Amino acid sequence: MTPIVSFWPMAAVLVSLLGALPIILSDRQPNLRESWTILIALVKLTIVASLLPWILEGGSYVFTIAEVIPGVPIELRVDALGMIFALVASCLWLFTSIYSIGYMRSLDEHAQTRYYASFAVAISATLGVAFAGNLLTMYLFYEMLSLSTYPLVTHEQNAEARASGRKYLTYILGTSIGLALPAMLITYSIAGTLDFTTGGILAGKASPEILALLVVLFLFGFAKAGLMPFHGWLPAAMVAPTPVSSFLHGVAVVKAGVFAIFRIIFDILGPETLQQADLGWIVTTLASVTLLVASLIALTQDSLKRRLAYSTIGQLSYMVLGAGMLSAVGQLGGIMHLAMHAFGKITLFFCAGAIYVASKKKYISQMDGLGRQMPITFTAFFLGALSIIGLPPLGGFISKWNLVIGAVDGGQLILLLVLLTSSLLNAAYFLPIIYRAFFADPPADAVVGIKEAPVLCLVPLCLTAFGSLLLFFFHDPLLRLAQLALAP
Amino acid sequence: MKSNLHMYVMAVPLLTAFLVNICGRTNRKAIAPLVLGALGFSSLLAIFVLRQTLTFGDLSYTVGGWTPPWGIELLVDPLSALMLLLISGISFLATFAALPCVKRDLEDRQHIFFTLYLILIAGLMGLVLTADAFNLYVMLEITSITTYGLIALGRGRAPLSSFNYIIMGSVAACFYLLGVGYLYLLTGTLNMAHIATYLPALQGSGALATALAFILVGLWIKMAFFPLHGWLPRAYSDAPDGAGLLIAPLMTKVTVYLMVRLMLTFQSPAFPLLSMDVGTLIVWAAAIGIICASSLALGQRNLKLMLTYIIIAEVGYMVGGAWLANEQGMTGALLHIVNDALMTLCLFLAAVAIAYRTGSFHFDSLKGLYRKMPLTMAAFTVGAFAMIGIPPTCGFFSKWYLLLGGIEAGQWQFVVALIFSSLVNAVLFFRIIEIAYFGSLQESEHHGDAITERQEAPWWILSPLALTAVLLIVVGLSTGPLVNNIIRVMIPVSF
Amino acid sequence: MEDIAAHIMAKYNYWIYVVLMMIGFYAMIGKRNLVKKLLGMNIFQTSIILFFISTGAKKGGSIPILDKYAALQGAVDVNQVVNPLPHVLMLTAIVVGVSVTGVALAVMQRIYRKYGTLEEDEILLKIENE
Repeated sequence: MTPIVSFWPMAAVLVSLLGALPIILSDRQPNLRESWTILIALVKLTIVASLLPWILEGGSYVFTIAEVIPGVPIELRVDALGMIFALVASCLWLFTSIYSIGYMRSLDEHAQTRYYASFAVAISATLGVAFAGNLLTMYLFYEMLSLSTYPLVTHEQNAEARASGRKYLTYILGTSIGLALPAMLITYSIAGTLDFTTGGILAGKASPEILALLVVLFLFGFAKAGLMPFHGWLPAAMVAPTPVSSFLHGVAVVKAGVFAIFRIIFDILGPETLQQADLGWIVTTLASVTLLVASLIALTQDSLKRRLAYSTIGQLSYMVLGAGMLSAVGQLGGIMHLAMHAFGKITLFFCAGAIYVASKKKYISQMDGLGRQMPITFTAFFLGALSIIGLPPLGGFISKWNLVIGAVDGGQLILLLVLLTSSLLNAAYFLPIIYRAFFADPPADAVVGIKEAPVLCLVPLCLTAFGSLLLFFFHDPLLRLAQLALAP
Repeated sequence: MKSNLHMYVMAVPLLTAFLVNICGRTNRKAIAPLVLGALGFSSLLAIFVLRQTLTFGDLSYTVGGWTPPWGIELLVDPLSALMLLLISGISFLATFAALPCVKRDLEDRQHIFFTLYLILIAGLMGLVLTADAFNLYVMLEITSITTYGLIALGRGRAPLSSFNYIIMGSVAACFYLLGVGYLYLLTGTLNMAHIATYLPALQGSGALATALAFILVGLWIKMAFFPLHGWLPRAYSDAPDGAGLLIAPLMTKVTVYLMVRLMLTFQSPAFPLLSMDVGTLIVWAAAIGIICASSLALGQRNLKLMLTYIIIAEVGYMVGGAWLANEQGMTGALLHIVNDALMTLCLFLAAVAIAYRTGSFHFDSLKGLYRKMPLTMAAFTVGAFAMIGIPPTCGFFSKWYLLLGGIEAGQWQFVVALIFSSLVNAVLFFRIIEIAYFGSLQESEHHGDAITERQEAPWWILSPLALTAVLLIVVGLSTGPLVNNIIRVMIPVSF
Repeated sequence: MEDIAAHIMAKYNYWIYVVLMMIGFYAMIGKRNLVKKLLGMNIFQTSIILFFISTGAKKGGSIPILDKYAALQGAVDVNQVVNPLPHVLMLTAIVVGVSVTGVALAVMQRIYRKYGTLEEDEILLKIENE
């Protein structure tokens, strides 16, 4: 179907970018400022949702912003794959905005205006990545996302934040300029275009050696996907306030990286081209190693947020692994895991934040018996963890199931083994937390009177946990979108 | 088409220079309106000239009625019209900020400063307009002499820096003159287009190679192409703030433009100047220059000095790009001339704005500036992003073409140097952004909003700064039309 | 040996300009005194002026002042007059050279007033000690 030219994708991107302005202007009136944030989030979600029906029918939207380089305009194009990411991001941003208010006010954080404004810019960039119609546009928004999250990562403005900020930029900006940019240019000089085209744009144009080089450059170039050895920024970025960690480093930023790799494999290099050159193993090997090593490191972390961060690194590799399998089912699993993991992981991060707000506790070893004082939070945590581990009846099961089938179908039994081992490891690093919280005896000097976090923190985390449940039972639209993304 | 429109773009600042000297002596208040009026008029006229050239083609004016190739011709095509607009536009913007700086630094010598300033601008325009190789030498020296004077007006060691520049600049001019002498001996003409017609017959001549080598080396010294850059950092950083604003964005860029213009004029299918082996050598030199200059920039703790080393690295970008000898590289070089001029202007304006309030260019004085001067720092950040090459700022797109040219020519050393330089720029600017963002750590440990007094620079500096920052993005987004309508048209098909 | 001598003699004007140029260059680069540097620069410029002028010369050529009517009728033998163009160009170049020298001298005055010396080493030492 020919794409419909429409301004709405642009509006979806712009609304929060322009929205940063009233947020900055209402610096001195916190209530007004937060109203703006919520309002923008709602408008954004509405616009994105209004685009959904046509996408589900197999259509697409397109909007050209500027003609910059011959054959490569800055262009937005909404298709099924982008829609999944955009929906997940804009939906979870709404929850995060509500949660942010509870979190930031409870802790009386400084520079909240800057925080909300940067957040608004970051979500714009995220939607830009989702709706990008070609690699150049995606690169543009990808960089915008990196830079707009810098003030969020370094929000605390202390020595630790500064060190983390440095690490964050070194990894993210260093790889995107040093690796992704040359790869993009090589692609352009070979193909003469950078449009995302199903089946890739390099078919029959590049030798296997060049393809292999491109695969490696792109995989590491989009370091937001956290493939080892370029994962170090993610644990470092945990120094940010928890809403940032939950939304950006559980959903938007990291998934922008994975999404970029999806686009590269599906629409630039092309699964078939990679299949012919027999290069899928590079992707799957890198992903498998990251997946196992990250899970093992997660076991050793005592800081809850750092454990979640390593868990994220592992889970991101599930998605990359799915794409790298180069089989339809595996890819389906990878795409769906993007959404499933988002809901699960944001719940877990919200819980970590809620625990910190309520009890100022950051370390798992301090959480003995805490579940009895904060039952709702830990129940939500339990649901989120189950989803990440991949147990029914939670969303994570669906995607992981598809990944397993993909591995079996492709006869890649090693990958099957990797997936199963990793799931066991996931269980091994999540379930003890829940056991401690509910069944371990609180230490003798425990503070009494810890209550649940404020309502504004609690509601979003319940909703996202519930969302994980819903995604198990009502995953048809998601499945449909994922199928459309693979075979329009 | 015959026209004298473009001559006025140059003549107005030139004539106003004398007016400023006479009127400014008695009445200082007359200086600002005179200078701004002249440059504003020139800018408007330059826009008009650009439109004329795009619709009617080249405009030509023969000085004194002597027809070329004997007389001096002032020729303007779309590309030189663009340069004309760039020069007049940038000097117009820079002047707003220069006025308060000069008023502060050179209270009783304002009229002298602005006389030189306007003659310099006229000279730069003349460089772009003239079609005569010897006239080019004269224009080159007009710009240089005024620059020497402007730099010597600075504080501290400025006279010494200026003197070193005089020596190097004169050597450069002499080299250029010598090269022109050889060319004249060989061809018997000084009109550049006319010279080009004789070149195919002279292919392989040693004298011709010597002539071109002298001309190139002369221009390279003037544009501070590494390793001939020694004079630039001190000269530019010691110049008075008001002069630095004009010199830093324009001087090197216009000289690069001259080199490119000569290359494009002399290049023809019968005389493939660009496909000589020497091109590869020059690209190597450019790559090494970029890496060295970027590394030197890392060692600086003074904002202005750091920027001067970045300028030197950027010269390497353009020279290398031009000698890649393919369409993409040449496009990148020409586009980068425009973009780099704007980026440098933005960063220098920001630096001057900061120094206007803090009194120093040293990194230590930048602490906590995001709170103190949020608008200035926002514009600085945009400029920094452009230098690093982050889309959609214009710096990204010229770098795109340069890199693409490097890849297509198979000159990977150039590609590596560009990427290296982008990464170094990222380090350089984020170091500054970090200092300005974090301030002194002990103070900001506490939570709750600290009330810091806003201390923005005066509007005279702030408004051109903000406008330039916006321009960086606007120009970036209009790269397509710029390349398709102006730059690509000018690159011969023989590539 | 004689060949080389003959070769040099045949183009002696070029050799003179090259030698002058080298002297000037050496003074600019090798000397630490600013006045000597400036003198070197002047010698350098002069060598180029000499080069230009010598290219216009012709054996037996006279001054290029022509009878307008004779010229219009094409009755002028170009071999009989020297080429005036280099002279014209060099007039301009001399003007440029003088202006540069003037600026340089003025700048040097400022340097001397500030540091009390024109030896580069001593100036740099004083700057360091500031």
